[in-house]
Amino acid sequence: MSEIRSELKYASSHEWARLEEDGTVTVGISDHAQDALGDVVYVETPEVGQTLSAGEEAGVVESVKAASDIYAPISGEVVAVNEALEDEPETVNSSPYDDGWFFKIKPSDESELDKLLDADAYREESEEG
Amino acid sequence: MGNKTALYDAHVAMGGKMVDFGGWDMPLHYGSQLEEHHKVRKGAGMFDVSHMTVVDVDGSGARDFLRTLLANDVAKLDGNPGKALYTGMLNEKGGVVDDLIVYLRDPGYRVVVNCATREKDLAWMNQQASAFDVTLSERPHLAMVAIQGPDAIDKVKEVMGIDWTAAIDGLKVFSSVSRGDWFVARTGYTGEDGLEIMLNNNDAPGFWHALADAGVSPCGLGARDTLRLEAGMNLYGHEMDDDTSPLQANMAWTIAWEPQDRKFIGREALEAEKAAGVENKLVGLVLEERGVLRAGQQVVVDDTDRRGIITSGTFSPTLGFSIAMARVPVSVGDSAQVEIRNKLIPVRVVKPSFVRNGKSLV
Repeated sequence: MSEIRSELKYASSHEWARLEEDGTVTVGISDHAQDALGDVVYVETPEVGQTLSAGEEAGVVESVKAASDIYAPISGEVVAVNEALEDEPETVNSSPYDDGWFFKIKPSDESELDKLLDADAYREESEEG
Repeated sequence: MGNKTALYDAHVAMGGKMVDFGGWDMPLHYGSQLEEHHKVRKGAGMFDVSHMTVVDVDGSGARDFLRTLLANDVAKLDGNPGKALYTGMLNEKGGVVDDLIVYLRDPGYRVVVNCATREKDLAWMNQQASAFDVTLSERPHLAMVAIQGPDAIDKVKEVMGIDWTAAIDGLKVFSSVSRGDWFVARTGYTGEDGLEIMLNNNDAPGFWHALADAGVSPCGLGARDTLRLEAGMNLYGHEMDDDTSPLQANMAWTIAWEPQDRKFIGREALEAEKAAGVENKLVGLVLEERGVLRAGQQVVVDDTDRRGIITSGTFSPTLGFSIAMARVPVSVGDSAQVEIRNKLIPVRVVKPSFVRNGKSLV
């Protein structure tokens, strides 16, 4: 059974989003996603300063098995990317919700977070497949 | 829910992530395929390969039958009971029905073919056998475990005990020794030293657990694929299939052309192909920047429209970058480009062999 953190929001494409105290939103991929991918070997993050729209391709996560696109769960400007993933991509597998974060967005419209799935809805969706 | 080997329960108990492979429930990994890969290159890892098909070939016509059926020549094994031979089994068009290893049992031979091709292979072999005094007997009561890595043989000796020490110590590479149902071969699919052992299904779980207790790590199909690709070993269905000539699959070295009067199936087609000029060859590709080469990606080798294709690609855990095998036009030079997500990425072209005994060849 994969871990689904109750305080996070989720996209159907398996990204999670966490609203931080400073108003930025941290984005990563769920435990279910990292488990399905297997050992991650490369992560391509967006660039700091890049503007993304909700649902837009924001990067790629490559495992030995497959390459998977990462989508921005909400719109905004990228303010930080997790550079540690360059040397230690396996962190995505070992710590998908904490050290394995991909990038942070300054949201252009916080209400977009409400359009994402809550933990229960994501659990239902991801267990269907 | 597919077929289960005698080790299914052991895999589940050890945390195996079970997936379907050719109709069998097999472990993809037990947590991390990268760790399992490294364990084989540095210590000892073990694989359940019981899903493969074991067929004994007996009868007065066995040798003649196999000399017709196989592109390599079992006459090379004469006088050397236990010795093994790697070969393709071809159709009349010169395509590869399967690749396999044949051992001289004396009397008779043992053939090990792939799992996914089992029905096709047995039908083909039975069809060809009708012209010979030969019996084909499948051996489903046998499980098979491959133990590979620099420490593999020592670990197996530890587990199998004093009765087997002399026999294993005397075992040359690509040779085998058997006693009862136990069949120990110094062969493998990883590029490391090691053994592939057939044994009765009933003995398999005890053997597997004893090896684990001795420090051998269970390894799954994921690691098996990255190891064999690093070692430049073909995987049927990728590097070759019914429509691929062995001359285009880095298997020319497995064809015994001499003696010229040995009419093996597919010989004429291969001779015609050689006379006309072989059009493609199997090469290795190395991607030194970020990214992973994957089967099906197209390869640009020259200014024409002709494209090669990647037959197998992966991230190489031992080398730390991506490698692939590709079938490309023979005009290829020492570099090429691969189309990855609509971009042309440069790659180095090398011989299709990347790691041997833990060391990089590229």
